[in-house]
Amino acid sequence: MSTYAQKRGFGATLWDYLTTVDHKKIAILYFIAGGFFFVLGGIEAMIIRIQLAIPNNDFVSAGFYNEILTMHGTTMIFLAAMPLLFGFMNAIMPLQIGARDVAFPFVNALGFWLFFFGGTFLNLSWFLGGAPDAGWTSYASLSLASEGHGIDFYVLGLQISGFGTLMGGINFLVTIINMRAPGMTYMRMPLFTWTTFVASSLILFAFPPLTVSIFMLMFDRLFGSNFFVTAAGGNTIIWEHFFWIFGHPEVYILILPAFGIFSEIIPVFARKRLFGYSSMVFATVLIGFLGFMVWAHHMFTVGLGPIANAIFAVATMAIAVPTGIKIFNWLFTAWGGSVSFTTPMHYALAFIPSFLMGGVTGVMLAVAAADYQYHDTYFVVAHFHYVIVGGVVFAVLGGLQFYWPKMFGTMLNETLGKITFWLFFAGFHLTFFIQHFLGLWGMPRRIYTFLPGQGYELSNLVSTIGALLMAVATVVLVINIIITVKKNERIGNDPWGDGRTLEWAIPSPAPFYNFKQLPLVRGLDPYWIEKMEGKKGMTPAEPLGDIHMPNSSIIPFIMSFGLFVSAFGVMYRLDYAWGLPVLIIGLVITFGSMLARSLKDDHGFHIHKEDLIDDDNEKGVKA
Amino acid sequence: MVNTQTNSGNPETDLKYRRKKNAEEMRHQVISFALMIVFTLIAFLAVGYEGFSAWFAVPFILVLAVVQVGFQLYYFMHMSHKGHEAPALFMYSGVLVAFLTIICFLTIIWW
Repeated sequence: MSTYAQKRGFGATLWDYLTTVDHKKIAILYFIAGGFFFVLGGIEAMIIRIQLAIPNNDFVSAGFYNEILTMHGTTMIFLAAMPLLFGFMNAIMPLQIGARDVAFPFVNALGFWLFFFGGTFLNLSWFLGGAPDAGWTSYASLSLASEGHGIDFYVLGLQISGFGTLMGGINFLVTIINMRAPGMTYMRMPLFTWTTFVASSLILFAFPPLTVSIFMLMFDRLFGSNFFVTAAGGNTIIWEHFFWIFGHPEVYILILPAFGIFSEIIPVFARKRLFGYSSMVFATVLIGFLGFMVWAHHMFTVGLGPIANAIFAVATMAIAVPTGIKIFNWLFTAWGGSVSFTTPMHYALAFIPSFLMGGVTGVMLAVAAADYQYHDTYFVVAHFHYVIVGGVVFAVLGGLQFYWPKMFGTMLNETLGKITFWLFFAGFHLTFFIQHFLGLWGMPRRIYTFLPGQGYELSNLVSTIGALLMAVATVVLVINIIITVKKNERIGNDPWGDGRTLEWAIPSPAPFYNFKQLPLVRGLDPYWIEKMEGKKGMTPAEPLGDIHMPNSSIIPFIMSFGLFVSAFGVMYRLDYAWGLPVLIIGLVITFGSMLARSLKDDHGFHIHKEDLIDDDNEKGVKA
Repeated sequence: MVNTQTNSGNPETDLKYRRKKNAEEMRHQVISFALMIVFTLIAFLAVGYEGFSAWFAVPFILVLAVVQVGFQLYYFMHMSHKGHEAPALFMYSGVLVAFLTIICFLTIIWW
């Protein structure tokens, strides 16, 4: 197959991406869609900050502010942070374990398109009568009272994209369990693979509660059921429990892959093996386990009673222990290493204290009695932005700079990268540090304006200036990407020079079959081991042979599109006569394409070994 | 699975071993099948019997149900064999999460 490298027109490229089942291309799709939603959520954040820059501002109305605030949270969590991390998982994890693709390439594509159509559906609410306005948590009594179709967009959009996420998570689990290269035991897996594994199992267990509760909310709003309607014997607290049984593991789904990315960056640029590898694995699993025992700490003021509050408070504080193990391991990895201060390393080193601050305020919030004071103030806003921006967003930005060569075969500019970093770092602390104090001084969250003379003016202005810096940093990043793509200077396998794991042993970007011959893994950091023994590449674990590859397919796109169509039908069923037919047509499209997929055998194709030998400028064959 | 593995060079021994293994497994399946029928009968009797209040009968048949699920998984679906560690891990984790949810509903939502 030497046709894949030839120049193509735009239409052919578009068709290629619409039908691709290649995990590396799906990763790029996740980055494009996730990046778009990240910018969208960022614009919403800027509107929030502009509105709050001065007291009594009327930049946006109160109702529109609620919509902006809801969509900022929902977009950033579900449509930006998770897809961007899924992008990294797709792009890197199969390479790290020496696999040729994920276990179910078709399902992988389906997962992306479900997310894409769900996210698109949710954001179409801006043009179709108003966005959801009950906060990203969408607490039931409030969201049931919300007029218009905003909450319906939330419910249906998140349901569709949630299916996609669940499929992605299961796919990663099966891949990691079944498709590791010879010699890649569990305790030789790179930390990013481990965190992908644990985050995927959290997805497996946390998303069903979300699916169930969203279905209940959907039936309450659109089909006349009474799960959360107290007047009819329902119970509104059930939503809160279900939401947080999902919602708390969700924040670990976000932060664990971020931990994984930093655990890859720090050893490479400290030129040392990750300190305490087994304790890192242990801490990752323990965080995942404890993550399911603590959801009610979001509900201390609901009135669960002192015993329940005390149990959840203690369980929450316990999470500080494995997290502390990780912090010390990162410090000891860098300690005494020959540290090179590249852009990814800047993010990694800034992450440690920034995230630590978020962790400390987390323990403060875990004290149930004190939480009555902090609850619903800007202190909480400061806390979760410190962990999510200081943890996840730093990881995404640092990981982008770090893995960009492996994904695209070019290097992002280091100087511009450092400018982005410093602007973002300064802006981040400027924005959110002061919000701790705003909260302690009594400023409630989710208010659209505040009065002059209450001592909030200067701090809010400072916060807005910080947000502007972050926006500028993002613009510099975009410029950096454009320049890099335009220049297109190709680089080799291991552009950072000290790559330790398998992905750096193969060309950048990886060929579509990833490994000509599966590599033999002889220990943790397999590529580093080979380099230390003076070898140039991995030792193959198998003779060169034909490679079985999956065929591309447009069916995942059509399948997801069907659900997208039927979501409109569900929503407008009672308003318009065409609602019910559209609902049925959409489901027919989805189930029809599922039937087509089931009835038509698709055996994929083989790359023949003669083509593999020819298909390289290098002489001989490498793993 | 396990009963088709051949790890000695002697086909005679392998055959013997497999026969013995299969016979043993068959015996387990028959025993657990009989027990499951008995458990089901007991469950019906416990519900039907006037002397047991619902507070005894419901937890009692739940216990019987759990035992039956265990039989089903381990004797009929071969979870006792090697190579089922990952499914077992994930099933028990799922059971734990579901259990926590139910406990939460029973203790702090409805009562």
